[in-house]
Amino acid sequence: MNNATLKTSFVTVNGARHRVWEKGSGKPLGFLAGIGGRPKWLPLFDRLAQHYRVVVPSLPGFPGAEPGHLLLDDNSDWICATLDLLEQSGLTGADMIGACLGGSLLADVAAHSPRSVGRLALIAPFGLYHETHPLPDFFAQTFSQQKKLLCHREHAFDEAFAPPEDENDKEEWEILRYRGMEAAARYLWPFGDRGLGKRLHRVTHDTLLIWGKEDKIIPPPYAQAFANGIKGATQTLLIDNAGHLADIDQPDTVAQALLTYFNSA
Amino acid sequence: MKLMYFHLMPYMDLPEDFAEKHESVWVDVNSKLFDPRKAHHMYHEFISELEHADAVGFDAICVNEHHSNAYGMMPSPNLLASTLARSTTDAAICVMGNSLALYNPPTRVAEEFAMLDCLSGGRLIAGFPVGTPMDTCYAYGQNPSQLRQRYHEAHDLIMRCWTETDPFAFHGRFNQQRYVNPWPRPIQQPHPPVWIPGGGAVETWRWCADVDYVYAYLSYYGYLAGQATMQGFWREMKNLGKEPNPYRAAFLQFVGVAETEQEALDLYREPAEYFYNRSLKVSPKYVAPPGYMTEATLRARAQSQVAKLAGQTAGADAAGAGAAKVESGGGPPSFEEMVEKGFVVIGSPDQVAEKLTTAIKDLHFGNLMVLLQYGNMQRDLATYNTDMFAKYVRPQIEHIFENEWEHHWWPKPMPMADRAAGNSHE
Repeated sequence: MNNATLKTSFVTVNGARHRVWEKGSGKPLGFLAGIGGRPKWLPLFDRLAQHYRVVVPSLPGFPGAEPGHLLLDDNSDWICATLDLLEQSGLTGADMIGACLGGSLLADVAAHSPRSVGRLALIAPFGLYHETHPLPDFFAQTFSQQKKLLCHREHAFDEAFAPPEDENDKEEWEILRYRGMEAAARYLWPFGDRGLGKRLHRVTHDTLLIWGKEDKIIPPPYAQAFANGIKGATQTLLIDNAGHLADIDQPDTVAQALLTYFNSA
Repeated sequence: MKLMYFHLMPYMDLPEDFAEKHESVWVDVNSKLFDPRKAHHMYHEFISELEHADAVGFDAICVNEHHSNAYGMMPSPNLLASTLARSTTDAAICVMGNSLALYNPPTRVAEEFAMLDCLSGGRLIAGFPVGTPMDTCYAYGQNPSQLRQRYHEAHDLIMRCWTETDPFAFHGRFNQQRYVNPWPRPIQQPHPPVWIPGGGAVETWRWCADVDYVYAYLSYYGYLAGQATMQGFWREMKNLGKEPNPYRAAFLQFVGVAETEQEALDLYREPAEYFYNRSLKVSPKYVAPPGYMTEATLRARAQSQVAKLAGQTAGADAAGAGAAKVESGGGPPSFEEMVEKGFVVIGSPDQVAEKLTTAIKDLHFGNLMVLLQYGNMQRDLATYNTDMFAKYVRPQIEHIFENEWEHHWWPKPMPMADRAAGNSHE
C-alpha cells in the first residue's frame, strides 16, 4: 500500500472546478485544509494513506480550486458548497479531518447535516470568538508576520508552502496564493466568528480536538470551548511545539494521534 | 479647464514626533490625540476656506470621505457639503464621494445626494468611490472579498433610484427593499454627473468608459508619478474607441504659490513636511486586505509592465500603495524630494503655471483638483495660497482645452434668477 499512487481529479461545485487528491485504499478518510490550503501533498497524508483511502478536496477558491468563493455570501452558502464538495468527492458519511477554517466548516456541516460526516478530527477550528480570548487580526499583517502566526516552526511553513521553482509558475502561484487568502478572508472576515456557538450542541459526532500549544491565531482555551459545546464524545490533544497549523508543525505527532483515534473504533 | 478646490480637512495638531511614536495615522490612530475643542476651530476654518474658494471663482469645491483618519476629518462629507450648498452660490459642490458599500441601505446615498442637489440648486457632482481598504475593510469592517460586489450593486440601486419614475422593488444579492421610492429627487436630470475616484485598475477605467463617468485619479504623489497611470488610462480609452476628451479625467495636485520661488519654498516647507511625514504615516499592514484588489487586476498587472508601474505609483485610494511605498522606501521623503518629484508644485505664479500646464497637457486632464491647504497650514497662509493661485495662476491655465472640447460631465444648475433668495446673487 506504500506504493499507492497519488490520483488527482476534479469535481464541479457551483460551476467551479475543485481539485481532489486521493491516495491509498480502504475506508475513506477526508481532509479539509484552512488558511493557505495545502498546495502540496504532504508526508502526513502519506502516513494516513498507509491505512486509509485519503481524500483531500480543495475548498472553493483555495489552491487547487477555481474562484468559486466569489459566489458564496453567507454561512449557509459555504456549508452547502462544502456538502456538495464532500458528496462529489465520495466523502459523504466518511470520517473527516478539518484544520483551521476547514474545521469550522466540518463542525457546521455536522450540525446541519449529521449523516453527511462520520467521526471528526478538528485541528484548531475557527468558528467561535470570545472577548476574553480575542483572536488577532490575521489579515492586517505582513506576510512574514502571518507565517509566524500560522506556524511555530518557520522552516516547516516554508517547506509546505514553498513557491514553485519555475518563474512563470511562480507568478501564477502568487495569484493562486492571493486567491486562497481572499477565499479565507471571505469566510473569516472580520473575526472568524461564524456563530458556531449556537450550533455546537447539534454536533453529536465523536470528535478529536487537536490544538498546537503555541497556536497564536486561536489560543488553546478554545479547545475547551469546543469540547464543552460539542454534544458527541470529545477527546482533546494539545501538541507541544506546534502553532495554528499543528499538522504542518508536527506531522508525525499529529499523524500518530489521528491513526490512533480513527483506528480505535 | 475646470479648476477645483479640494480640501481634506486634516487634523492640524499631530505632535512633531507622531511618525516615530505612532504606527499609523489611520485605522488605529490614537484618539487621545484628538482635541474636539481644537477641531471646532479647524472645521470652521476649513469651511471658511472652501467658501473663500467659491468667492474667488474656483469652478468647484470638493470634500471627501475618510474614517478613523487623522488627515481627513470627514466621515460624513455630506454634512460639510450641506453647509457649503447653503453658504455658496456658484461653485459646483463635488462630494468625492460616498463609499457606496458603506451605506445601508445604499438608497441613503440617492436620498442625501438628491437633497444636496436640491439645496445647492443643481450644483452637485456625485462621487462614487469604492473607498480605501483602511476606510472600508478596517474602519468599517466590510469584507474585502465582497466590497466590490456590494459597491456595484449599490451603484445599480442608486441609479435606479434616480432614473425610475415610479416606486420599485429591489431584489438584490445584498440588498432587498420591497419599496424604493426616494424622496426628494435630484434637480439635475437624469441625475447629477457621476465621478469615480480610482487608482490604476484597468477594470475601473473600462467601467468609467462603459457608463460614461469621469475618472478621477486622486494621487498624493503628483503629476510626475501620475504619468504612468494617466497614460494607461488614455491608452485604454483609445482601445475602447472613446474620444480623448480631457474632461473625462480629473487629477489631484498639491500646490504652493508665492511671489517668488524662495518665498514659496520657505512658506510651504512646514505644511508639506507635516502632510507627507506625519499625515501619511499609514501602517502597511492595512493597505492590502486579500480580495480588495481583484484577481483580474492582479493578473493585468502581472502581464503589463506599464500597469505594474502604474500600480506602484497609485495613490492613497489605490489601496494606500503610496503609503506603503514611503514606508518601504527607507523613510519619508525630504521637502526637496517632494518638490523635485512633483508631489507638491511649488514656486512663483509663473513657475507654478508652467508646471501645471505641463502636467495638464502631459497627463491630459480637464479637471484639475488643487490642494492649497494641506498639513498644518493655517488659515492665513491657506488664504494667501488660494488668492495667489486664483489671481495669478488661474488666468494662465484656465483657457487650456477651451473651445477644443465640450465638458459633458459638469453640473447644470438652475438659472440664478430662479434660485432661492438665500442661495443666489440676490
